[in-house]
Amino acid sequence: MHWAQEGISAGFPSPADDFKELRISIDQEVVRNEEATFYARVAGESMQGAGLDDGDLLVIDRSLEPADNKIAICFIDGEFTVKRLKVTQDEILLIPENLKYQPIKITEENELIIWGVVTYVVKKL
Amino acid sequence: MSKLQLLPKVGLYFLKNTCFIYQFFRHKKRGLKRGKLFLKPLFIKEHFNTFFDMFALVDCNNFYASCERVFQPQWEGKPVVILSNNDGCVIARSNEAKALGIPMGAPAFQYKQQFKQQGIKVFSSNYPLYGDMSSRVMTILEKYTPNIEVYSIDEAFLQFKGFDLFDLEQEGYRMRKQVRQWTGIPVSVGMAPTKALAKIANKIAKKFAARTRGVYCIDTEEKRIKALKWTEIGDVWGIGRQHRKRLETIGVANALQFTQLPDEWVRKHMSVLGLRLKKDLSGIPSIQLEEITPPKKGIATTRSFEGTLTRYSDLEERISTFATSCAEKMRKQQSSCNALLVFVKSDPHKKGSIPYRNSCVLPLPHATNSSITLSKYAIMGLKKMFREGIHYKKAGVMIMGLVPTEERQLTLFQNNNEKHLAVMQSFDKIHKRFGPHRIKLGNQDLKRTWKMRQEHLSQRFTTELNEVIIVK
Repeated sequence: MHWAQEGISAGFPSPADDFKELRISIDQEVVRNEEATFYARVAGESMQGAGLDDGDLLVIDRSLEPADNKIAICFIDGEFTVKRLKVTQDEILLIPENLKYQPIKITEENELIIWGVVTYVVKKL
Repeated sequence: MSKLQLLPKVGLYFLKNTCFIYQFFRHKKRGLKRGKLFLKPLFIKEHFNTFFDMFALVDCNNFYASCERVFQPQWEGKPVVILSNNDGCVIARSNEAKALGIPMGAPAFQYKQQFKQQGIKVFSSNYPLYGDMSSRVMTILEKYTPNIEVYSIDEAFLQFKGFDLFDLEQEGYRMRKQVRQWTGIPVSVGMAPTKALAKIANKIAKKFAARTRGVYCIDTEEKRIKALKWTEIGDVWGIGRQHRKRLETIGVANALQFTQLPDEWVRKHMSVLGLRLKKDLSGIPSIQLEEITPPKKGIATTRSFEGTLTRYSDLEERISTFATSCAEKMRKQQSSCNALLVFVKSDPHKKGSIPYRNSCVLPLPHATNSSITLSKYAIMGLKKMFREGIHYKKAGVMIMGLVPTEERQLTLFQNNNEKHLAVMQSFDKIHKRFGPHRIKLGNQDLKRTWKMRQEHLSQRFTTELNEVIIVK
């Protein structure tokens, strides 16, 4: 019964098959480098001034080099935090955007990992 | 370097038995065309054809532990172990845990005290996380060459053709840096004209990380000899315990001595595969990409199709075959696995085809090497990912969480594995006698869900929206 295994195709293939369009996905807008894209959830109000509210979802692109004035996810003293980077010649500061919070000055005692640069905020209105 | 643009033109000349290679550069700003001589002694003339193909083996360092550390950086530099399904035994260790003498396969209940006393961080295996991180790493590596064989969940062979080999070591550093920055995973890169040598180069890169900075290239005859001398025979890729014993009794202690054995002896005692291994180690490429390669810690079956597949049934047949082949490999080396990763990829060059790639991780209810179970789960994964209208070019099945079969956890109510064991033994016997793939599996539904013990499970940081990292 060898011939039966070849399979019998019935009907014409749909001409639409070759031109299938994918529905719009938010990924097309916010994901630049899929392999370097990670997500984080905001807890607290320290970055309210920059529009990052409690419960917002952040899109992180690790392929971007951290630089002065970028908002970045940092790992410091055992915790993840999101702050604006202030990089000068002799120091790094993590600046909150809420007057109730103090800037964090990075000294030699801190172990700082700049984990990734925040590129988008997804928030519920 | 950045101001100079590489031209696809390579010059060669021979001096005595050494081949020299030089490359033309163009200065970007000045537009000057100048031949820049690079005197890079390569292999002796007989091996002339070989060095136009270079292989790189890229291997993630302590992969599972590294995945956990990306999202919990406080464990960087601290001892970390990962447990098998149901928190049974240790299946992965960080360097620090290795240094504390925690053996592979250590039963978790026996070592509980030691973990606590020595501050060893214990994780349950988080296969969805490892699977996703693996596919990120592999996709980045694909940007460097289209010729890539994903050899296991955390290793890939890359083939560089023609003039690409130029500046290959720099390319290695670039790869390493990019993977580390984009994903957080540290990798080691070994490069050589053959796969077996690339494997050794990788080991050197890892072992002497301080000196090599994670990249080592065997690109001269001198380095090759030195590397082979350094490699103990038991550590050679594909040389198992039995061959090792036999080789040691005739006084072969390292890989170099192995390459000096007469061909007839090797063929007689170690079959054709042994002979190809010998050639590969001598610098003559004899094992190609996607060719059957000796498994040790990682097992995967991945293939590029001739042409493309579009129908589900065709793809299902392939995936089932891949899973069965992984199971056979495991049974041969008496090991079982805890999870599977299945991936599919479309043909990027096909016109009118939507680019599509997906992978999916399936944790197994118990460690197994049963073709039946693996095939069922692999197909479950395929069903989740299959899309109509895609021209599939490549697919594969990889196993994760390898444990020795005798040490696997027997779970109550899950004795079907034992039945499989008997079935599988007959399965293998029939294959041995009548040739492979004589018996195939009919596919069945598997709708049961299992609850396993995972007391130390981290979040699925990259595959569940509700489990992403929290930032203050």
